Amino acid sequence: MKLSINGSQHGVDVDPRTPLLYVLRGELKLNAAKFGCGLGQCGACTVLIDGEPVFSCVTPVALLAGKQITTLEGLGTPERPAPIQRAFIEAQAAQCGYCIPGIMMRAHALLEKNPHASAADIRAFLEPHLCRCGTHMRILRAIHRAQAEMMSANAGGSG
Amino acid sequence: MLALAAGVFTIVAWRPAMAPIAAPAANSFDPASIKRGAELAAIGNCAVCHTAPGGREFAGGRAVPTPFGKIYSTNITPDPKSGIGQWSQAAFQRAMRFGVRRDGAYLYPAFPYDHFTLVSDDDDNALYAFLMTRTPVSAPPLADRLPFPLNIRLLMFGWNLLFLHPGPYRADTAHDAAWNRGVYLVDGLGHCGACHTPRNALGAERADLKFSGGEVGGWTAYALNESSPAPVPWNAAALEHYLRDGYDDSHGVARGPMAEVVGDLHAAPTQDMHMIATYVAEEMNHAAPERDAVVQGVERQRERGQTGAAAADSQGNALRAVDTKNDEGAVIYAGACAGCHEGPRALPYGGIDLMLTSAISGPSADNLVNIVLYGLPAAEAARASIMPGFAGAMSDAQIGALARYLRVRFSDKGRWTDIAKSVHDARSRARVAAASHPVVVEPPSAATAKQAHNEAQH
Repeated sequence: MKLSINGSQHGVDVDPRTPLLYVLRGELKLNAAKFGCGLGQCGACTVLIDGEPVFSCVTPVALLAGKQITTLEGLGTPERPAPIQRAFIEAQAAQCGYCIPGIMMRAHALLEKNPHASAADIRAFLEPHLCRCGTHMRILRAIHRAQAEMMSANAGGSG
Repeated sequence: MLALAAGVFTIVAWRPAMAPIAAPAANSFDPASIKRGAELAAIGNCAVCHTAPGGREFAGGRAVPTPFGKIYSTNITPDPKSGIGQWSQAAFQRAMRFGVRRDGAYLYPAFPYDHFTLVSDDDDNALYAFLMTRTPVSAPPLADRLPFPLNIRLLMFGWNLLFLHPGPYRADTAHDAAWNRGVYLVDGLGHCGACHTPRNALGAERADLKFSGGEVGGWTAYALNESSPAPVPWNAAALEHYLRDGYDDSHGVARGPMAEVVGDLHAAPTQDMHMIATYVAEEMNHAAPERDAVVQGVERQRERGQTGAAAADSQGNALRAVDTKNDEGAVIYAGACAGCHEGPRALPYGGIDLMLTSAISGPSADNLVNIVLYGLPAAEAARASIMPGFAGAMSDAQIGALARYLRVRFSDKGRWTDIAKSVHDARSRARVAAASHPVVVEPPSAATAKQAHNEAQH
C-alpha cells in the first residue's frame, strides 16, 4: 500500500494490521518515533495523522490510506530545525531524550491549532506523555519558547 | 376567568421564604454527624454535579444538560451570599424533600429531589452538618438556559403534583431490614434511577420502566433490571466490587459519567455499599432464567479461546462465521485493539476480553464509540485504567467498520442500525466533555489512607 509521509509517497509491502510505528522504523528507517510501551500509554511513538497526534504503535497502517502522516523528521532538519525543535535544543529539554520526539509532535500539533494555548492548556494536552528522567520543567519551558517564536514569526509575517 | 385560574394557581403553588440565618459555627455540629454526612454525600454523589470542571468542590456551576435546556448546578457551600450559608436546617430539609429553595422558589428536578424526598430527617440533618462545615466559596449561580415557559419555576408545582411522591421512605414490611436499607439508598440518596430509568416527555422517570436503562450526556446508562445487557450476569459481589473500586473482572471498568459516580463511592461505608449492591443485583436477576444459559455459553467460548471467530448465540450452540482476516473492522481490531484486549495483563490495567463488555452487547453503539474515540483518560496524580483514544487515527467510516465487526464477533445480539449516528453525535460533542471522566482505580485502603493524610494536613 501507499503511505504519504512528510509529503512523500512511500510504497510499502506489509500486512495492513502492522502498526505504523513498525513501518516507520523497520521499513523506512524513520527512527524519530520511539517504541516505548507498545500499548498507547507512554506517548514516545506519537506522530501526526492529518495534523492530529496519534500513537503510531497502536495505529495499523490499514487506517492510513489517503491520510497525511507527519513524523519529527518532517518538521525540520538538523540544519533547518522547526521552532519546536530549536526550542527543545536551546532549553536543553532532553535528558535521555527517548520521550522527546513524541512530546515535540504533540506540542507542535497544539501550537499549530491553538497558538495562544495557556500554560494550563499545554500541561493538560501533554497528559498522555511519560518522561522518566523528570525534565518536565524544561520541556514546558521549551514549549513556551517555541510558542513565543511561532507567534512572533506569525506577527512578523502578517505585519 | 383565565386570570382567576392563574391567581388561584399562584396562591396554591406559592411557597414561603424561610428566614435567613447567620451561618452556624462549625463547632456547633456534632463531629459524628459531619462524618456521617460525608459518607451520605458520597452515596448521593453531591460533588459530581455541584462541582464545575476544575472548580472548587460543592461550589456549583456545572452545566447539567437536559432535553429542555441547560441547568447550572448551584453553590452548596456555606457561603452566605452565593451558597447555602443562610439556610436553616429546616430550609435544607424542605429542599431535599419537596424541591423548594430557601427563598420559596421551586427547584428543577435536574436536582433529583424526586429521589432525595425519601431521605430521612436524620440523614438530611447529617448532610446539612457536613455541607455547612465545608469551606465557604463565593461563586454566584449561573443563569439557567431554559426557554419560556419552563423558565417559570412556579410551574414545577404541577410537575410535583404529578411526579413527586413525598417521603421520607417507609419500610416495606414484607422485606427484611437489609433489603429496605438497599432500596432506601438506591432509590433515595443514590438516585440511580435518575440515569438508569428512562424519562417521559415531561422529564420524569417512568415508574413503569424502572431501571430499564437511560441516557446521560451521550452515554447509555444500562438497564439495571432483568434486561441488563451484561454478558455475564451481575451478582452482588461483582457489583459491590465495581462500585467500590471502579471495575470488575467480569464486567470491565466504569467509564463516562459512571466513573465519576464510583469515584465518589470510595468514601461510602462498606456496609451500605453491600446493601446497594445486593438490592440492585436482585433487581437484575429476578426474572431471567435464560441468563444461566448465556453465562454458560460465554464461559464455554472463553475456555475454548474462541472469542468470536465462531461466535455462539445465547444458547451457546449455533455458530456465526466472521471473516477475521479480510473484514476492514477485523484488520483494525487486530492492529489497534487486540494488543491490549487479548493481552496477558489483568484488569484494571489490562484490556477487558471484549466478550464481557456491555459496550458491545448493549442496546446502542454510543458507549463503544465514545470509548474508541476518546479512550479512558489518565487521572492526574492517581493510578487509573487508561486506554488511548482513536479520534485522530480513525475516520468515521473506520470506526463504523470496527463497531460493526466487534458487535458481530463479540456479542450474540443483532446488528446495530445507528452506528453512523452514534459516531456523528460523539464527534460533535467536545472532546473535553467526553474525556473528562478519569477512572481512578485505587484499593480502598490506599484511598482511605490518602484521605486520612489529607485531613491530618488541614
